[in-house]
Amino acid sequence: MYKALADAIRDAEQQKKTLAHVALETEARDQGRPVQDIRAALQRALDVMRGAIEKGLTGDLYSASGLVGGDAAKLRKNPSGPLADTPFRDILTRALAVQEVNAAMGVIVAAPTAGGAGVLPAILTGLAKARSVPDEKVVDGLATAGLIGAVVAERASLSGAEGGCQAETGAAAGMAAGAATEMLGGSPSQVGHAVALTMQGTLGLVCDPLGGLVELPCVFRNATGSAIALAGIEMALAGITFAIPVDEVIDVMGDIGREMDVRYRETAGGGLAATPTGRKLAKERLYQIKRTDG
Amino acid sequence: MVSLLDIIGPVMVGPSSSHTAGACRLGLLARCLVGGTPQTGVLQLHGSFARTGEGHGTDKALVAGLLGFRPDDERIRDALKIAEREGLDYKFEKTTIADAAHPNTVRISIELNGNKATMLGSSLGAGRVLVQEIDGYPVEVTGNLHTIVLVAEDRKGSIARITGILAEHDINIATLRLTRKEKGGDAFMVIECDEQPDKKAGEELRALDWVRWTRRLDKVSGG
Repeated sequence: MYKALADAIRDAEQQKKTLAHVALETEARDQGRPVQDIRAALQRALDVMRGAIEKGLTGDLYSASGLVGGDAAKLRKNPSGPLADTPFRDILTRALAVQEVNAAMGVIVAAPTAGGAGVLPAILTGLAKARSVPDEKVVDGLATAGLIGAVVAERASLSGAEGGCQAETGAAAGMAAGAATEMLGGSPSQVGHAVALTMQGTLGLVCDPLGGLVELPCVFRNATGSAIALAGIEMALAGITFAIPVDEVIDVMGDIGREMDVRYRETAGGGLAATPTGRKLAKERLYQIKRTDG
Repeated sequence: MVSLLDIIGPVMVGPSSSHTAGACRLGLLARCLVGGTPQTGVLQLHGSFARTGEGHGTDKALVAGLLGFRPDDERIRDALKIAEREGLDYKFEKTTIADAAHPNTVRISIELNGNKATMLGSSLGAGRVLVQEIDGYPVEVTGNLHTIVLVAEDRKGSIARITGILAEHDINIATLRLTRKEKGGDAFMVIECDEQPDKKAGEELRALDWVRWTRRLDKVSGG
């Protein structure tokens, strides 16, 4: 797979192809498998994503600690905020739904990780529904997202333990923004700007979950991460460009991750996890988990 | 090489790709070393695995892997109870393996019918794993392909003999990495294959009198 988004964007523009097309061809060559096989695997992933959203919207799923759950249904049933009846609101609901399934040890697609698994399905399926995009184009979107994620894995990190939340929900938001920008008709270069405009907004985001568990704030970070991705998509499709090239934005995310104190890398030593209430809740709820498991 | 399907995937039971799916894959790889569900297992957790493993279901996922469950198997949730039923006696220990070790690292020591194995591996994020050590030998196994690891005397023609045996069994080699510490010392080989090497191929390799040690590991990730 590509090691720089600039190279993929250049190839796509020269060959007059989408980034999804270029990504699928490259993957087929790397793995020695036909493009159809890879598309089929991505379609299965899309089906699992939709299944998780469906399951999460029922609202009766709770995490092992009971700290998170039921909020996707709350958002769906009470459309009174400023985003009522918008795709924006539907996307936030979907992001919460997937993450609630994840926290309850249900089946999801890690994209790129489980902790950030809500953003990409929320953005792609939410926008596909709002704009009647056929599945084939959504699968293309997953391919573009995979390309972006592969470049982030290569140049920076996709692990909260290594790079903080900017490497998980931040990377997921960048992937989703790029994929959706192309799905809605953006050019390869607009995809690059969408990723940069999105990830600049998540730089420095720490991984600070209570008790170190993928629950709080992870579930909500998938909703706020989706909101940042939507801002990136909106700006990029309007032709707004970001002066720092996307690969440099990704590189600096990696640099910031490496310099981030270990307390902010999934260890529950800092951030929200280290607040008085964060510590108290983790202590009470973790004790409960141990007790119920015997 | 990062695969697109590693990024959009795996399909997995939550809540953490590194602490749950990656842990499950490490368990699956370890299981290959003894050829089935072990009777005993000592799992030494390092770093974030030790600190947050319980709430992330790392314990359940590692044991599920040892039981042969894949990362998308909903039985992972009940793996500890299932292990009791299946006669897998496991024990977790929290430890510091090395200061420089990856934050999500585990050393797994298992035994099945007197067949013992020890494996050191890390979960790198997004469900990707890396096995760094098997029975004390340094290796690099990702589980993205079927893999044979082998330690042999450093002698002429050894690669030709080994690749010949694999060809006879209709196994195509995807990658082959050969290293040695010194001239005439032990040669370490990691051979990644497109097809799953059968038991017979493994036995033929083991039967070579200049092969000191060899193990087969299954493909546990990738599309």
